[in-house]
Amino acid sequence: MAVNTELTVEKFNELEQYIDSMPSTKGELIRVLHKAQGIFGFLPQEVQKFIAKKLDLSTAKVFGVVSFYSYFTMEPKGENPIAICMGTACYVRGAEKVQDAFIKELGIKVGETTADGKFSLDALRCVGACGLAPVVLVGEKVYGRVTVEDVKKIISNY
Amino acid sequence: MSDIRIVIDGKEVFVPKGSTILDGAKKLGITIPTLCHLDLHDTKMVNQTASCRVCVVEVEGRGNLAPSCATPALDGMVVRTNTMRVLETRKTVTELILSDHPKDCLTCSQSGECELQDLAEMIGIRDINITGNEMSTYKKDYSTSIIRDMDKCIMCRRCETMCNNVQEVGALSGINRGFNAVVSPAFELPLTETVCTHCGQCVAVCPVGALSENDHTWKVVEALANPEKTVIVQVAPAVRVALGEEFGHAPGTIITGKMVTALKQIGFDQVFDTDFAADLTIMEEGTELLGRLGRFLAGEKDVPLPILTSCCPAWVNFVESQFPDLIDIPSSAKSPQQMFGAVAKSYYADILKIDRKDLVVVSVMPCLAKKYEADRVEFSVDGNPDVDLVISTRELAHLIEQVNIDIDELEDSEFDKPLGVSTGAGVIFGSTGGVIEAALRTAYEVHVKKPLPKIDFEQLRGFEGVRAAEVDFDGLKLNIGIAHGLGNAKALLTEIRNGNPRNFHAIEVMACPGGCIGGGGQPYHHGDSSIIKKRMDAIYQIDQDMPIRKSHENEAVMELYDKYLGEPMSHKAHDLLHTHYSQKDKA
Repeated sequence: MAVNTELTVEKFNELEQYIDSMPSTKGELIRVLHKAQGIFGFLPQEVQKFIAKKLDLSTAKVFGVVSFYSYFTMEPKGENPIAICMGTACYVRGAEKVQDAFIKELGIKVGETTADGKFSLDALRCVGACGLAPVVLVGEKVYGRVTVEDVKKIISNY
Repeated sequence: MSDIRIVIDGKEVFVPKGSTILDGAKKLGITIPTLCHLDLHDTKMVNQTASCRVCVVEVEGRGNLAPSCATPALDGMVVRTNTMRVLETRKTVTELILSDHPKDCLTCSQSGECELQDLAEMIGIRDINITGNEMSTYKKDYSTSIIRDMDKCIMCRRCETMCNNVQEVGALSGINRGFNAVVSPAFELPLTETVCTHCGQCVAVCPVGALSENDHTWKVVEALANPEKTVIVQVAPAVRVALGEEFGHAPGTIITGKMVTALKQIGFDQVFDTDFAADLTIMEEGTELLGRLGRFLAGEKDVPLPILTSCCPAWVNFVESQFPDLIDIPSSAKSPQQMFGAVAKSYYADILKIDRKDLVVVSVMPCLAKKYEADRVEFSVDGNPDVDLVISTRELAHLIEQVNIDIDELEDSEFDKPLGVSTGAGVIFGSTGGVIEAALRTAYEVHVKKPLPKIDFEQLRGFEGVRAAEVDFDGLKLNIGIAHGLGNAKALLTEIRNGNPRNFHAIEVMACPGGCIGGGGQPYHHGDSSIIKKRMDAIYQIDQDMPIRKSHENEAVMELYDKYLGEPMSHKAHDLLHTHYSQKDKA
């Protein structure tokens, strides 16, 4: 089953309540975007415009931050978003080969979602767990020292 | 002494606290090359992103090199600006910037004005030994006024600083990262779909060809070459005090007469003056002001006050997208450019006994938003625009060169009649404070029914971003507000939204710093804002030298009312000379 990507009033209300509960929204854009992505699953234009208005920022500024951080996405992700760290440490310890294995196994490219909506594949920059390099995240679960052989097993968990 | 003492290249200099190393070097006459840095002191804009690293210097006791534009001068600092290490780094940095910059300088819109080109030439770059990743390939974004060619962007962020901090429009932001990093509107939308006001101040500060005007010069040439068309031109007030700069004249040189001769030689059938339409604007806007005030003083509630001037198209765009709750307070009077177009294609076309479709109206404007304005659907009749083509001051200079005219060799000529007849009140439209001063000259005499004791309203002039003054109409005290630069206008509008505590009756706004004289289509000032002040002095000089200095004494305007329009704000005047505004919900 694909993730629910509807932009419902309830979701906007939840986000609004979160923003209104902040003592001050100054300097809190990233926190708000993080929350919004948690609620909506992604950050489409409507959500970014809404946040800009609430935080009294330009939409361009909000989009600037969204486009800068690879964590944020404007496309709906799969039910189980897979993210492979391509930071320096992970990269030198074979992250690219791991990525290739995921591409082959899932039949999608980086940035895409499988037809059944179950998995999406992304690359991200350092997650700060370099001791575990190479690192793969599925949702919020962290897999460390991942090898090409592990890929099938990881996918079969979901 | 509270000043800070630093030593640069063995020379001692004292600078006030808060100064940068670059400030100290300037004081000593040492020219450290810069690229991203831009200090427009008078508009309180400093672009200090220190992103290009061209201005690096060696500071004794500091391990790495310091960007002099953003490094504060500290007491006792010893700086060297020309060591081997500095020179090598500067060269490498420039090569790196050039390594992913397009090399189509010959056909670039900024050729000859490009600050990166100047830098490369100064440093003597002959080879670029760095081959990096393939550069980003952004699509060009065309609007009628501005072209964005982001492959040329060097990420100096001047446009962003201008758009967000000075104009407070918020159309631009740095987006993406690494080689893909670029300055862009939200969601990489075309400018026309964003809150962009088309003021063109981003173009005015772009050091390279990433932002440029949409050049319509060739369309003008084609129209002139068409024997079936009658082609007339109007020239805005601010053009005549800046055009000379493109031909090596000192800023503030007035070349009205030569400019008119040049336009005649280029082949325009009639050379008219936007100042005429400015006088006409005053008749309409001044009457509207007095009308609203009269109703207000008679005790009527809900009179939309303060009245806001509406000559500036970027300002109109700003109100429509950012203050939709206030769109009923600007004057409904069209801008002088559009009044001219409307009158030319009705009254004047009738005089010539030609169809409006056979008349081509060209504008020469100091402004890029005027291109956008001329394109608005409400300013056309059955698809035929009131103003067909708009070129900037810079484009006119190029056109004059292209047709082999040496402007210095020309005799002076006068604007043609009737739409070239104007007063001093019309010309001061080019400067901040000028529109409201012109309006008050007329409104005073109409209201008080006595001649003005003094024509000059000195209290309305100046360069301060927001100004307020009280004007005495024979006992009736009017509170006047003035803002130039959209950020300043925003502050004033916010005040109005919060209940107008200073009780303003009328407010003039111009989107560009200094007014139209500092417009986005003017010759590049390259960061020297004293140039804009000199243009301002020239505008007031022209006014001073005019035999007639009040719009209601313009004979040609009076004749237009007598023969065609009737009274100001008449039904016909309303149809031709007034417009309406609508909310624009944009990203």
